[in-house]
Amino acid sequence: MKVLLRNPRREVEVAGPISIVAMLDRLGYHRDQVLVIRGDTLIPGDAMLRDEDQVEVRPVISGGAL
Amino acid sequence: MKCRVCRGPAIIDVRRHNANFCREHFLRLCRDQVAKAIADFDMIRPGERVLVAVSGGKDSLALWDLLLDLGYEADGLVIGLGIGEYSDESTSYAVAYAEAKGVALQRIDLRDDYGFDVPTAAHASRRVPCSACGLTKRHLFDQAARDGGYDVVVTGHNLDDEAAVLFGNVLRWQNDYLARQLPVLPAGDGFPRKAKPLVRLAERETAAYCVLQGLDYVVEECPMAAGNRHLGYKEALDGVERSSPGTKHAFYFGFLDRAAELFASGVAEGEGKADLGRCERCGSPSATEICTFCRLVEQAAGAEPVALRPRR
Repeated sequence: MKVLLRNPRREVEVAGPISIVAMLDRLGYHRDQVLVIRGDTLIPGDAMLRDEDQVEVRPVISGGAL
Repeated sequence: MKCRVCRGPAIIDVRRHNANFCREHFLRLCRDQVAKAIADFDMIRPGERVLVAVSGGKDSLALWDLLLDLGYEADGLVIGLGIGEYSDESTSYAVAYAEAKGVALQRIDLRDDYGFDVPTAAHASRRVPCSACGLTKRHLFDQAARDGGYDVVVTGHNLDDEAAVLFGNVLRWQNDYLARQLPVLPAGDGFPRKAKPLVRLAERETAAYCVLQGLDYVVEECPMAAGNRHLGYKEALDGVERSSPGTKHAFYFGFLDRAAELFASGVAEGEGKADLGRCERCGSPSATEICTFCRLVEQAAGAEPVALRPRR
């Protein structure tokens, strides 16, 4: 499946079927640091992803001048 | 995974609440948390005019959207900081939101209106970029609130931001900063009231709110913020939060409940308090004849523009 990553924007391939948690683990993310997005909605942590899925893994941490 | 409220299919887990939510009930959670923060800390009173400090990022756009949804009269102000494509893209999201909602957005461009940008200001004043940027934004938001007759300036600081700042202030025992680390600062000395209505929401929640509401925001990190101390504090607290969800909330709200007053009373008794006059150039409240922002303008506006250079 195609996985869009950010910061910087790039695309990687991950073989499915695979759980969200396993995919994030493989990509080096903890689930609290990111959202997994498909289309206009979020995918919960217990969902399984298939080979034909396209998802985005979006980091949520930001921090600049306060 | 089922929604805690309706038992329908959930789309997000919020580990610090030990709960999962469907779209509808997650959005309601966000609204309820912001409404509770506003009520608990008397941030905005009925009929008041609100100025939202908008950056084009997830927090400020979620905040603006939530305040409008809650029925507040909230206008935006966005500042073009001159941080390359990052600033242009950020501003474009703020403009797109205002146009889509039909709400007022005031725009300031540092280069056009003041003759400098953040990278140049940082270099010319020998400040770290986040310091030059923060000083500039605070000054311009305060000034815009005074000029526009707004009752309160609201910013998109979330629970993760506040916990990280508190962590840094405690590590170094910055008593004067701890005294002012409150979710609302009253108006006074020519400064408008300032409030942080997102303090009960974590940044994963504000990001999720934007996705679910279809709000586009700048996802990329500010190229000048990489490696700053604030992000380091966030990473450290994230490590604790992972093994013990809810720690950030307990840390920050425990401080507000049990310790903030002790630090604030130190300032009220005169610690760190200066008599403020008015800046000779811009008329803003200032402890010196020329305020810090006008000094920054003086240093930066005549300086050779510097190329964008990420922090390492």
